[in-house]
Amino acid sequence: MKRRDFLKTSTLASSALLIPAFLKPFEGFAMDAITGHKNLVIIQLSGGNDGLNTVVPFGNDIYYQKRKSIAIANTDVVKLNDMQGLNPALGALKEIYDQGWMSVINSVGYPNPDRSHFRSMDIWQTASDANEFLTTGWIGRYLDSNCQTCKDPYTAIEVDDTLSLAMKGKNMKGIAVQDPNKLYQTTREPFFKDLVHGPEDAHLHEDNLGYLYKTMIETYSSADHIQNTSKIYNVTAPYPATGLANQLRTVSKFINSGLETRIYYVSLGGFDTHVGQQAQQGRQLKIYGDAVAAFVKDLKQTGKLDDTLIMTFSEFGRRVEQNASNGTDHGTANNVFLFGGKLSKAGIYNDAPDLQNLDNGDLKYQVDFRDVYATLLNKWLDVDNASILNKNFAGLNLV
Amino acid sequence: MDNSKQIKHLYARAGFGIDLTDLHQQRNWSPKKALKKLFKDSETITPLQAVTENLDITFGSRKDATEEERKMLQEKRNQQEKALNAAWMLQMSNTKAQLREKLTLFWHNHFACNIGNYYYQQQLNNIQRKHALGNFKTLLVEVSQSPAMLQFLNNQQNYKGHPNENFARELMELFTLGRGHYTEQDIKESARAFTGWAYNGKTGDFTFRPGSHDNKPKTFMGRTDNFCGEDIIDIILDNKQTAKYISTKLYRYLVNEIPDEGHVNQMADVFYNNKYEIAPLLEFVLTADWFYEDKNVGNLIRSPVELLVGLDRRFYITYNNPDVLLQFQRTLGQVLFRPPNVAGWPGGRNWIDSSSLMYRMKIPSTILNAGVIDFAGKATPEDEAYLASQRKQQFNVIKRVQAQPDWNKFLQGVPLKISHEELAQYLLEPPINARIKAEVDAAPDIKTLVIQLVSTPEYQLC
Repeated sequence: MKRRDFLKTSTLASSALLIPAFLKPFEGFAMDAITGHKNLVIIQLSGGNDGLNTVVPFGNDIYYQKRKSIAIANTDVVKLNDMQGLNPALGALKEIYDQGWMSVINSVGYPNPDRSHFRSMDIWQTASDANEFLTTGWIGRYLDSNCQTCKDPYTAIEVDDTLSLAMKGKNMKGIAVQDPNKLYQTTREPFFKDLVHGPEDAHLHEDNLGYLYKTMIETYSSADHIQNTSKIYNVTAPYPATGLANQLRTVSKFINSGLETRIYYVSLGGFDTHVGQQAQQGRQLKIYGDAVAAFVKDLKQTGKLDDTLIMTFSEFGRRVEQNASNGTDHGTANNVFLFGGKLSKAGIYNDAPDLQNLDNGDLKYQVDFRDVYATLLNKWLDVDNASILNKNFAGLNLV
Repeated sequence: MDNSKQIKHLYARAGFGIDLTDLHQQRNWSPKKALKKLFKDSETITPLQAVTENLDITFGSRKDATEEERKMLQEKRNQQEKALNAAWMLQMSNTKAQLREKLTLFWHNHFACNIGNYYYQQQLNNIQRKHALGNFKTLLVEVSQSPAMLQFLNNQQNYKGHPNENFARELMELFTLGRGHYTEQDIKESARAFTGWAYNGKTGDFTFRPGSHDNKPKTFMGRTDNFCGEDIIDIILDNKQTAKYISTKLYRYLVNEIPDEGHVNQMADVFYNNKYEIAPLLEFVLTADWFYEDKNVGNLIRSPVELLVGLDRRFYITYNNPDVLLQFQRTLGQVLFRPPNVAGWPGGRNWIDSSSLMYRMKIPSTILNAGVIDFAGKATPEDEAYLASQRKQQFNVIKRVQAQPDWNKFLQGVPLKISHEELAQYLLEPPINARIKAEVDAAPDIKTLVIQLVSTPEYQLC
């Protein structure tokens, strides 16, 4: 037995001993799934990140005509090819890009785009059509799909105090864990344990009380497992001192300790730049780029980059033409980034956005975001996307 | 006739809960009579006055400020935020006007605003309090013209020729009609009508700037005219959908998260026919038979602020360090004056996540008993070790939390002959079930029982 495997097995065994028998149905140690275990990390940029000032189409004059005061000067752009380049605040990603660990998908969106933050975010998180209202998220439905490794709440972890709609299914949901040790400590209260043990009665109904008890019981067993698995590993790689970087560091801890989680979710807000966009977006992009670069390098170092895929999205892009307050208003299609050690098409995946042929001043989408999801589901998570996205999407040649 | 169940439910929803002394006194009242008292007690309007300096005016937006000055300004802003937050928490915890404060909290979430100027935030909060039980149109207009909202939704940057659509969109999507009842064209056109609505940065007063106003004709909701902002609001309110949208939201706040189409339509009729007066709408809901039906009792998930305020009112807690309350709000995911975005806190089951649920069950004992939940059941060695470590830490918790419940006052309100089960039924809104019954029967004394009850999933509901 290899040392690493031994460590994993013994940790699992010891934590299993601590689990009271009545909770066993909630525990599913999918031992086989650990080897070659693939992770998906989703980074959400909230507020509608301006894609055109993120991946700048500096080769297109229209860009400079439409954005007289907020365009990124040609000389400042971190060039990726002769048409597009990165916002200078994303400088840290250039090295990642050059290594072939990053790909940029342009003009991702959906038909009849909605320009409301909340609605559009719901559409992205539930993977619905624009006129369809779903109450479950796409990752939640992945958990519901009964895949071999989906039995436990910690199959999907959001490193935050609250859980996004994306992570909530009909029967299953992911778990929100900002600090595994703190969560573990809170669940050890003997009185809570007693409540968890309590007589099986009408509690586990669909109503709010049933929901509370179900959440308590799941948290109780998951917190124990997450804590016992992850406490053996310390992240040694350097990370910037930002909230997002801390979250990604926690993800690294989970991944490297061998936790059986398949999907991680983190988010960064502050992208709703109606006014004074350059400084505001620059700050947020720097936080993002520096944190992701540190995370990717860390995973490379620990040998986990090939098993990890990172996707970044935002609920919409912004209008092509700037507004009068050096900002941009809500728009439509946007770019999506993928990072990983095993991208089948690194670099820029498709043509730069068409700035000439607009719909009411907004970009027309070229790639449906659900084709991106379908790719991740089929080729990375090994499930049939049709059962989760409610119809079949062909997917892309990305991973 | 014993109406305790109804009276308790009424106070849980129309306020932050009733204390034992009042419940004992009002148990034979009709819900109608109790509601009348709630309205009477809420006639007084006490505006918050914690923030006295408008830092944007006294400091200005000086570009030449030194690093030192910027730091000082930030420090002042932080102090103002803490003071304002504490003042409102205190007011909700102590006021007799709990119906007014409960509705102020509703409007605080409905007209959600998150800006760093706490002078303007306080002003907006006072507008919401003043009209909390008044007229929705007056409330809407005053909110729309408040510096806080003009700044937050960028109407300050809404000029003729370069409209900024942020305010127009949220006005219809979140404040009045709800999604699906307007077009993108309606947003574009109405944004033009609101050009020129601004506040004067030197005085902090609302002002209409004719020079920035687009006075060309606009086509809005099928009508074309040279509309100004007030006209747009009139057209929106003329549409009964606004009454329905607000009624739905209020139903979810006061009655049940799952709206009953029939009840909501009745509410919308009352609201619309009373020209958007809020008090008659509330009276209709809070005296309706369906409001008191079992399925609408003890099933709403309290917001973190409702949870904390409820504890304060029940146990007469004094916080020697009000920052602690702010810390609890952060931990539980609801900091007053800091909604996550313009849609406010989503509420309901969204309050409950793995971590937040555990914190919600732990915080009451932290406040009331220095973090110890005495355990009467069969403790394993692991449990014993945990409890021992909790007891050892008690002193540290007391030092950190600095909260003082008034147990004597609470116990004075507890009738001598009350059974443990009756006390449990008073403290919890949902009916007592087998699991709770087992804990109740095992509890050695009233204080232990109380600490246990406020640490249950049931206590999260109202």
